[in-house]
Amino acid sequence: MKSAVIVFPGSNCDRDVFTVMQAQGLNPQFVWHDDATLPEGLDLVVLPGGFSFGDYLRCGAMAARSPIMQDVVKFADKGGHVLGICNGFQILCESGLLPGTLMRNNHLKFNCKETTLRVEANDSAFTSGYKKGQVINLPVAHAEGNYFADATTLKVLQENGQIVLRYATAEGAVNDEANPNGACENIAGITNKAKNVLGMMPHPERHADAALGGADGVPLFASLLAKLAA
Amino acid sequence: MKAKVHVTLKNGVLDPQGQAIESALDHLGFSGIIGSARVGKYIELDLIETNKDKAKAAVEQMCEKLLANTVVEKYSVELAD
Repeated sequence: MKSAVIVFPGSNCDRDVFTVMQAQGLNPQFVWHDDATLPEGLDLVVLPGGFSFGDYLRCGAMAARSPIMQDVVKFADKGGHVLGICNGFQILCESGLLPGTLMRNNHLKFNCKETTLRVEANDSAFTSGYKKGQVINLPVAHAEGNYFADATTLKVLQENGQIVLRYATAEGAVNDEANPNGACENIAGITNKAKNVLGMMPHPERHADAALGGADGVPLFASLLAKLAA
Repeated sequence: MKAKVHVTLKNGVLDPQGQAIESALDHLGFSGIIGSARVGKYIELDLIETNKDKAKAAVEQMCEKLLANTVVEKYSVELAD
């Protein structure tokens, strides 16, 4: 198993996710955004949270055009697994690897809180460690987490089972009360059609140690190890 | 030659910033004058290219590739001396 964490100027969750990946046996290495190519033999690429390029123009817009992203897109097209967390999700949308976009939260405030999420699909390498319908806790920290896609795209996402995580109540009900940012259909995380690219607003790396408030993020990394370590 | 690029949200896309501005203008006593407010971006480019057709086509490419996110935004390009 070999993985990489891409570091953009302004990434700030790169070390956190690296530490968790290391502890989970994913054997990560850092890769600078300005590199032209990814290291050989990777199984997983992670785009970390943060404020790449100071959120200039749009969140993730500049990072999506960084030199390394051309190789990340090629890697994903060949079936390589790519995980984008928070700003990483925004970068995936801006790069075209995932449909839709993340807009300003509907209430305009920065969200920094614990959310409850319902796992909608567990048939990807990212989510096989969860049960379908399981309610988990993960924190969010974003001002632009309001997932938006047109009605046609949302229908396609639903039909293909690409909606992986939805904001829900502790009882697992998906409703406005549980929606922290106005996201279409309470969407917190989606995959591409082939299910090898996942973008999610909540931070699994921040709940990967019970001593730090929760461990519901651990199955995601453990699942990747189980599915990708050949 | 300059290119003046306006990037705005498509019709129908919720604009909470615009709504907040609208409500602040209401508080300032402008209610009854404005219907609604929408927030966008203005980008000014200094161009070296002197052929207007070529310049316009290139700036439109820039909008498609970077300046606008066409999932939710539309753009307009105006060339000026």
